[in-house]
Amino acid sequence: MDSLTKLMVSPHIHGGRSTSGIMRDVLISLAPATVAGAVIFGLRALLVVAVCVVACVGFEALFNIIVKKEQTIGDLSAAVTGLLLALNLPANIPLWQCVIGSLFAIVVVKCLFGGIGQNLVNPAITARVFMLVAFSSIALPAFPVDSVAGATPLAAEKMPSLLDLFIGNYGGAIGETCTAALLLGGIYLIVRRVISWHIPVSFIGMVFLFSLLSSGFDAVQALSLLMSGGVFIGAIFMATDYTTSPPTPLGKVIFGLGAGLITCLIRYYGVYPEGVSFAILFMNILTPYISGWTRHKVFVAGGK
Amino acid sequence: MGSKLRGIHTPHRKDTKNSPVIRMDIPSTVTIPMSMHIGKPATPTVKVGDLVKVGTKIGEANGYVSSPIYSSVSGKVAKIGEYLMLSGGTVPSVIIESDGEMAVDESVTPPSVNNKDEFIDAVKNSGIVGLGGAGFPTYVKLNVDPEKIDYLIINGAECEPYVTSDTVTMLTREDDMALALETMQRCLGIKNVIIGIENNNKKAAVNMQKMAENIKDLSVKVQVLPSVYPQGGEKVLVYHTTGRKIGADKLPIDVGCIVINCTTVAAIGAYLRTGMPLVEKCVTVEGGCVAKPQNVIAPIGASLKEVFDCCGGLTEQPAKLVYGGPMMGITVQNTGYSVIKNTNAVLALTTKEAKLPKTTACIRCGTCVNTCPFGLAPVSIAEAYDKKDANLLSDLAVLSCMECGCCSFVCPANRPLVQINKLSKQFVKDEAKKEANK
Repeated sequence: MDSLTKLMVSPHIHGGRSTSGIMRDVLISLAPATVAGAVIFGLRALLVVAVCVVACVGFEALFNIIVKKEQTIGDLSAAVTGLLLALNLPANIPLWQCVIGSLFAIVVVKCLFGGIGQNLVNPAITARVFMLVAFSSIALPAFPVDSVAGATPLAAEKMPSLLDLFIGNYGGAIGETCTAALLLGGIYLIVRRVISWHIPVSFIGMVFLFSLLSSGFDAVQALSLLMSGGVFIGAIFMATDYTTSPPTPLGKVIFGLGAGLITCLIRYYGVYPEGVSFAILFMNILTPYISGWTRHKVFVAGGK
Repeated sequence: MGSKLRGIHTPHRKDTKNSPVIRMDIPSTVTIPMSMHIGKPATPTVKVGDLVKVGTKIGEANGYVSSPIYSSVSGKVAKIGEYLMLSGGTVPSVIIESDGEMAVDESVTPPSVNNKDEFIDAVKNSGIVGLGGAGFPTYVKLNVDPEKIDYLIINGAECEPYVTSDTVTMLTREDDMALALETMQRCLGIKNVIIGIENNNKKAAVNMQKMAENIKDLSVKVQVLPSVYPQGGEKVLVYHTTGRKIGADKLPIDVGCIVINCTTVAAIGAYLRTGMPLVEKCVTVEGGCVAKPQNVIAPIGASLKEVFDCCGGLTEQPAKLVYGGPMMGITVQNTGYSVIKNTNAVLALTTKEAKLPKTTACIRCGTCVNTCPFGLAPVSIAEAYDKKDANLLSDLAVLSCMECGCCSFVCPANRPLVQINKLSKQFVKDEAKKEANK
């Protein structure tokens, strides 16, 4: 052997996890909720999903081409953003609004801040909030309503049964109603170690506790409040976004509890019937601080 | 912080541990560098044309933290050359042409060891250094007030993938280890010995337990530890065996412990028994390019090429040549390098084995933060290094980093985190120096 072999800093082997692998797992975990959405709200739900995913991936590709950056759509994160955004929209939303929302999520929230890992807030959540505000005059009446069922339970007079809430047979966004499908996806993510239990459990636990207190310890009422609206999709899939949540278990618990509390405060005292998106957005902004406060204790500190 | 430190599960790939150990053919020449230890390089004591035998001193220890060096073959000194060390610097080397006789030097006789001073002298003269990889002169480590030593911890936690040379020691050299332990008990007053072994290495643990039971008047405890990398890291091992924490700029002795690698212990025993200084080393020869991976006893100074040749040679051009294990090993450019005292493995990795994923943008997943055994935050360190913020880097305790490689191993974006930590450590030290010179 004459040619020289490579010099490199250790380690010389790698565990094999990759960003695209993680994102693929997230896509897989959202499959049950997507299928449930299509079953509950009809095939138009799938059209919304397709438009959002294609638009998000397309805008990221286009952005990279325009600013002459290396193409990043292969990491699948844009597809995840598109899917999450779609699942947070009602099935009857005008498709052009989906495109505008995707543009906002990918270009404004993500790419302009430096792309994956650099965004301050969750792109899908922020785009949803943007759409809620921007299209309220035209879209808000349609927002909580869908073509099959009535108003979302949080704004409705009469609550659907616990079973309906569990299987998702009520009005709301495409992917948020079927609690069973969301739980299935959440378990998959935890088993695959894509996320840890800390944020979902503390978030959902906090909402449940608050609902229990506010309903005078009526467990059925509390469970109804918990399962209606976007708590599960938010706690499992949106609040656990790596970039915009703290890394350590303690930080995650604080993040989850805070998001749960703000969700309830908005639900009970705010003008909007639902507060999950705002709560996560709020905690996203606090994340750098929470991360700083909750670093692991260094095993062997010192050295100064 | 839980009771166990974090870490990772690496593939083991310890196929060589059950295959017989072979002794390498006598090489035609050996190239022995004068620095195979931490501390000042030794000074050559021979000149071109001198005749040497196995065990003839060819390098004199230079100062307190240093180690003498002996010839590993009999023959003639052909050249005093320059050797490019793994760390990048150069040191003199003694190149000896072997006569193939392997005649032993007359000075090689078992030492008489009856007290601490004689024992320390013996270990110093043996040329033994930390054989787990660090290469710190062992006599310096042992030359402490015996009152301070609560535990002698023997490191048998061979946590690097591929490497099995310590396992082979524990399976085959228990008599030498026992002799060394008995002598240390007699001369240093060691009372408690703990042997730390990973639970994927049951056979070695059983053999060590057998040895422990045969040593009288000395408490030797074999502690089986979870097979989690980096279990064999000095501070990790001390914590998991005794519960004691060693500060960033502290040594095990500061918490009453001495940690010695099991092969180092066996080498001390062998020297006490025979008087032959450290002139050969058992090396794990592994990797996909090696025709017949196995453990090889090689004379110190033998070239990698000859070591690979005695394992059937290399079947293809290696993508990487590594001294040590794949997690912390150092790469070299060609097979002209020598087996040195603290070489425990040499790997010739194929392109497939050495293939690392593409480095992409950090997604701030925090896996590095939740994997670091010492609780460091590599993601934050990388950001602080980007900003060249020495104060923040110090606050993030980057100097505590032992460069075990867990963070890089788990990073889904394959960020060069270990490399950044190394650069950060140097940067913090340089800035501190600048500050001091103001």
